[in-house]
Amino acid sequence: MVDRLLGRPRDRETVPADPSPGVDPRDAVWARVQLARNPRRPHTLELVSHITDAFVELHGDRLFGDDGAMVGGPARIDGRRVMIVGHQKGADTDENIRRNFGMSKPEGFRKAIRLFELAERLGLPVVTFVDTPGAYPGAEAEERGVADAIARSIGAMTRLRVPIITLITGEGGSGGALAIAAGDVVVALENAVYAVISPEGCASILWRTTEKAPDAALAMRMSAQDQAELGVVDRVVPEPGEGAHVDAAETGRRLRAVILEELDKLAALSPDELVAKRGGRYRVFGAFDDLGINEPGPGGAERPGLADRLRRALEPMGKSVGDALGGRTGREARDARNTLDGRDPRESRDAREAREGRDGRDEPPAREEV
Amino acid sequence: MPLTLPFRPRRETYPPDMWTKCPSCSEMLFNKHLEKNLRVCGTCGHHFRISAKARLDQLLDAGSFRERDEGLASRDPLGFVDSKPYADRLVAAQLATGRRDAASWGFGAIGGRRVAICALDFGFMGGSMGSVVGEKVTRAAEGAFVERVALIVVSASGGARMQEGTLALMQLVKTIGALERLRAAGLPYISVLADPTTGGVFASFAALGDVNVAEPKALIGFAGARVSAGTIAEELPPGFQRSEFLFSHGFVDRIVTRADLRDELALLLALLGPAGATDATTGSVRRG
Ligand SMILES: [Zn+2]
Repeated sequence: MVDRLLGRPRDRETVPADPSPGVDPRDAVWARVQLARNPRRPHTLELVSHITDAFVELHGDRLFGDDGAMVGGPARIDGRRVMIVGHQKGADTDENIRRNFGMSKPEGFRKAIRLFELAERLGLPVVTFVDTPGAYPGAEAEERGVADAIARSIGAMTRLRVPIITLITGEGGSGGALAIAAGDVVVALENAVYAVISPEGCASILWRTTEKAPDAALAMRMSAQDQAELGVVDRVVPEPGEGAHVDAAETGRRLRAVILEELDKLAALSPDELVAKRGGRYRVFGAFDDLGINEPGPGGAERPGLADRLRRALEPMGKSVGDALGGRTGREARDARNTLDGRDPRESRDAREAREGRDGRDEPPAREEV
Repeated sequence: MPLTLPFRPRRETYPPDMWTKCPSCSEMLFNKHLEKNLRVCGTCGHHFRISAKARLDQLLDAGSFRERDEGLASRDPLGFVDSKPYADRLVAAQLATGRRDAASWGFGAIGGRRVAICALDFGFMGGSMGSVVGEKVTRAAEGAFVERVALIVVSASGGARMQEGTLALMQLVKTIGALERLRAAGLPYISVLADPTTGGVFASFAALGDVNVAEPKALIGFAGARVSAGTIAEELPPGFQRSEFLFSHGFVDRIVTRADLRDELALLLALLGPAGATDATTGSVRRG
């Protein structure tokens, strides 16, 4: 009951092993981050030109303005009509200034919502292209409600009654990426990355220096392969040669084949089934034990759950204090807690309140941008 | 109506120093008075952060809270290690707070009206949302759905928990999905935003209340102010990312002091709650 899990391992394609086996895994993941950010990497509109037979870009959120960092519009792929929505980075400095380096503002997310809803009304499947360092973190974005826009975009995706295919083509940067990434199926290019916060941001908070960004990238398991292991990504698509930047056309062909295949699979589902299945895909994410209720009877030694086994397989630091609480049955865990704590949980709660009363210190908020 | 005050248990001896300095006005506050005042500075009105337990005690009718899923504990799915292992950080937070993670949810009553409620606890790893917080918010929404009652979530969180990586990010979709189902069922959701509510918590369930209620001067925003001020060369407007800033830009319905919060929620529930429930609140008009 306990095992509410992560990943359903899905049909992952064979992907070449790490570029140079035997190298420091930190260097390997950092190389992926660099490839994902390579300015010559094909961005959304370039990929769309290779993938689609026809595409008309639509502009504006009908509320405030048009965001060059988010593009979209109706398209045709092999005779099938779809709606494209994607982040857009620039190919050079001038374009990047216009595209805001692929960092959407609220109007970008609201344009995405507008296109999602148009697609639903017209019965068009949606294909999203994810490639952003994150949402734009400036004051104007806050003024216009960037958090509200992201939350509503995710909300629109969870209830959309047409298929959604999400392609993570470059940087999957936290909430700004997720805003258009809650698809029925999530596909990543081989050198794409996906994380809850930029490795630099994570390193500056947890290691207190951005120099540790490669360590953060490794710890967060942000490579497409690791994300597939976690079940966050369903399929990883190999890139040509040294990476997508060496052959945009071939990258587009590979993505096009995957899109068509996934469209066929999703076409078999009714709108109700689609929404229910999508809800189920996201409902099960999480890795936790229930140490309180549903505990097995005395002697009912539990087989470790999949998450536990996964964690042990991944766990580099061997036995940690966490094992005292994390991987056992409820009763054992409580005993362990009591031993560690030296008193019952009720007392420790009181003690905390006393402590809060004593110093009354407001700690600086842990700013964990997402 | 009488408020339930979070009295410290009698058997607990007072800590050696009985005073707290207000970080806002520097007044020295006698802890006993501060507690009686719901941990709000009597001089300047500064709202101190409070634990999830204190929050629930303040908001719910005395003795009405029945906690659910108290036993959920994170599994450290990534085996995350920075300067120390996440597993160790979790245990330290568990020992310090007596809680297994940064949220509590259950059913209770406000002014006699049954609600599903979830409160986040900033004292546990900054109230950050990993698998457990996401699951509890989701279960609270599902509990409201099943029992056909209103949902209240009180947020106090720095955002998604980095140590759970994209699984923490997926909690945004999970919680929002549950809220969408609640919305489709015609049940109201009130989001209470306390100091601080930022990052992925704000960009998911906290922003999406049918009614958003904030405590005064709470830090509420998406990107960290440091990020905003640092990477983007831009002067930050006065009061940036505070409740009043959100209010003036149209993202918060009401700014309510802690002393008023319970009555405010009771009235909102009476006006918005599922029809057919008995109306225990007397008439009141709250403007401004
Ligand atoms: Zn004060």
